[in-house]
Amino acid sequence: MSTWSDALYELLLDAGVKQVAYVPDAGHKRLIELALANPDLKTTVLTTEEEGVALLVGAYLGGDRGVLLLQSSGVGNCINMLSLAAECRVPLLMLVTMRGEWGEFNPWQVTMGQATPAVLEAMGTIVLRADDAERIVETVRAGSVLAFDSGRMVAVLIGQRAIGAKAFRK
Amino acid sequence: MSALERRAATARLLRDRGDALVVTGLGSTTYDAFAAGDSPRTFYLWGAMGGAAMVGLGLALARPQRRVVVITGDGEMLMGLGSLATIGVQRPANLAVVVIDNGLYAETGMQRTHTASGVDLAGVARACRFAHAETASTLAELDRLARAVYEVPGPFFASLKVSPEPTTIELAPRDGPTLRNRFRAAVLGDDAAA
Repeated sequence: MSTWSDALYELLLDAGVKQVAYVPDAGHKRLIELALANPDLKTTVLTTEEEGVALLVGAYLGGDRGVLLLQSSGVGNCINMLSLAAECRVPLLMLVTMRGEWGEFNPWQVTMGQATPAVLEAMGTIVLRADDAERIVETVRAGSVLAFDSGRMVAVLIGQRAIGAKAFRK
Repeated sequence: MSALERRAATARLLRDRGDALVVTGLGSTTYDAFAAGDSPRTFYLWGAMGGAAMVGLGLALARPQRRVVVITGDGEMLMGLGSLATIGVQRPANLAVVVIDNGLYAETGMQRTHTASGVDLAGVARACRFAHAETASTLAELDRLARAVYEVPGPFFASLKVSPEPTTIELAPRDGPTLRNRFRAAVLGDDAAA
């Protein structure tokens, strides 16, 4: 149980987030549990991450702020759908837990993990990054202001170094 | 093959929309809805293929007291089939998805879609826990559908089979911030600026 997840949850509530969309990820486990436990939040589990981009554009059209929780492999799934938020200049906050970098065991995660910042930036998303656990909350806070107050697409990458590389055991 | 003409069918669907919020999928359904009469409460998609139903879901969750109707094509719906499963988990009573199904990718040269080979979108929606799912193809069914889409508790799904006759391109507004701002102003009033 990580304390930064609890702090992020409070931060998102303070930012006025009403909708949480996610594809499950171990790094977001605690935050997803907190969101699901709050009946005032509309929490939507997705089959694939680009659904979340479209969902949050619809949410914004209806007056709800939202956040998309995903892991780096899911960023690739979002590419074309990001044009929707970009073209309509809809605020979009994505919290991306990283794989395929610091201490990665699974080579199949590395290609997308390494491409994640470049892909996001190519689609016009502002990329912020936290590699130390103690910097995660302030980085997400900065990102949420950029997203919601400056009306931008923002991805906060939460580094594998901050989360801890996934351990595999036989 | 259905004898329904898509543009007239869409106009019939939208005739009694009242204050419903409408999201249209890229291509022909956007042209059809615009040809039926422009409204700030219609959000036309010009891209984001596969995303129409999810835009509708986010909107339906944000405005639970308003009816939200997604009108999209079979090709667009097929690209976002997983979204039917996602809607089936949330089960919003105020969301309806209508697929204008001509069995063709009209925008790219009339290639056959999966539905032309018998893939049953209403069957998928039913399996995904939609409260109501049907296929309609006659004028009488269209008349009934044009009421049900606003009244029957959702999530509501209909595949409306239409003839493959091509139609003209009707250029709906396509500037994203303009569509966004006018929609939010119509739905949220003074809160739209927040």
